[in-house]
Amino acid sequence: MGKGKRKVPGLNQSSTADISFILLIFFLVTTSMDTDTGLPRRLPEWDPNVEEQELTIKERNVMTVKVNKNNEILVKNGKINRPIDVSELKDLAMEFIANPNDDPNLPIIEPYDIEGYGTVNTTIKHVIALETDRTANYEIYFKVQHELSKAYTELRDAWARRNFGKPLSECDPKTEEPIARAVYASKISETNPKEYGTE
Amino acid sequence: MPELNTSSLPDLIFTVLFFFMMVTSMRDVTPLVDVKTPTGGSEIEKLERKSLVSHIYIGPPARQFRATLGSAERIQLNESFAEVAAIREFVIAERESMFEKDKPLMKMSLKVDKGSKMGIIQDVKQELRKAKALNIVYSASQEKPKN
Repeated sequence: MGKGKRKVPGLNQSSTADISFILLIFFLVTTSMDTDTGLPRRLPEWDPNVEEQELTIKERNVMTVKVNKNNEILVKNGKINRPIDVSELKDLAMEFIANPNDDPNLPIIEPYDIEGYGTVNTTIKHVIALETDRTANYEIYFKVQHELSKAYTELRDAWARRNFGKPLSECDPKTEEPIARAVYASKISETNPKEYGTE
Repeated sequence: MPELNTSSLPDLIFTVLFFFMMVTSMRDVTPLVDVKTPTGGSEIEKLERKSLVSHIYIGPPARQFRATLGSAERIQLNESFAEVAAIREFVIAERESMFEKDKPLMKMSLKVDKGSKMGIIQDVKQELRKAKALNIVYSASQEKPKN
């Protein structure tokens, strides 16, 4: 026996590539790469004691957006009351939310304290009431939600440009963005589902 | 002709394998309902951190179930059809499976077919409110720019 002279034979590694190929193919098949995208919303808190509180809001502060069973969109506020096309909704909502000309038929503009910024004049009491028929189409509803969301984003963006001198996308997400968000806080209320035209 | 040295091939493949393991996630469920989500524009956001998201699928049953279930919208939770009333239990189970600090960040992604009626969606939303799952996302894809 030769002491310490033996060499450990090298392991044949030619099949390692095949093994890892099999693993690779397994992962390719069982996984998906598509990232989920969507429109984030927050539901109101559920309170079993208060089924649906009666809203006592001045008429000028409310805009009703109604989607009926024929998928028509009806908008009613202090200024207009008519069916509209979904493409008009964003501009109507922006005019309603901001009330740029201090119209007495649109929401009242009041001073409002924002923590960490100061007092701004805004339509803090406005409400957009969204009523959807149970047989209405989801895609129409989604488009309505999307346009309303866009109206808020554009108003916040314009406000950020005026007051911070930069678009909303460049604002500090921890300090500046919440302020712009608070000035035009989203006030979309969804009334309890009803079936219109069935009473 | 000299033979090509393939000794680094396994390392190469392993690198690709690790890349795929990191950027992808397990395919979650086999769909029992047909869902074509609506498309939107600038307001569509990417969902960060998949571990926070649970999915609720709503849409007409897939082709192979049409004969028995009809084409009215159904809800799919995990791997099976479910009724509206089962949502609360689903939310509780999903919440249980999360880390304590992540629980308030839970998001429910509603993958709803764009042809659906609003009634079932309103019922689901009411149930989610009762289950205190208030962060929802209407799943939608980014509109392709028209050329």
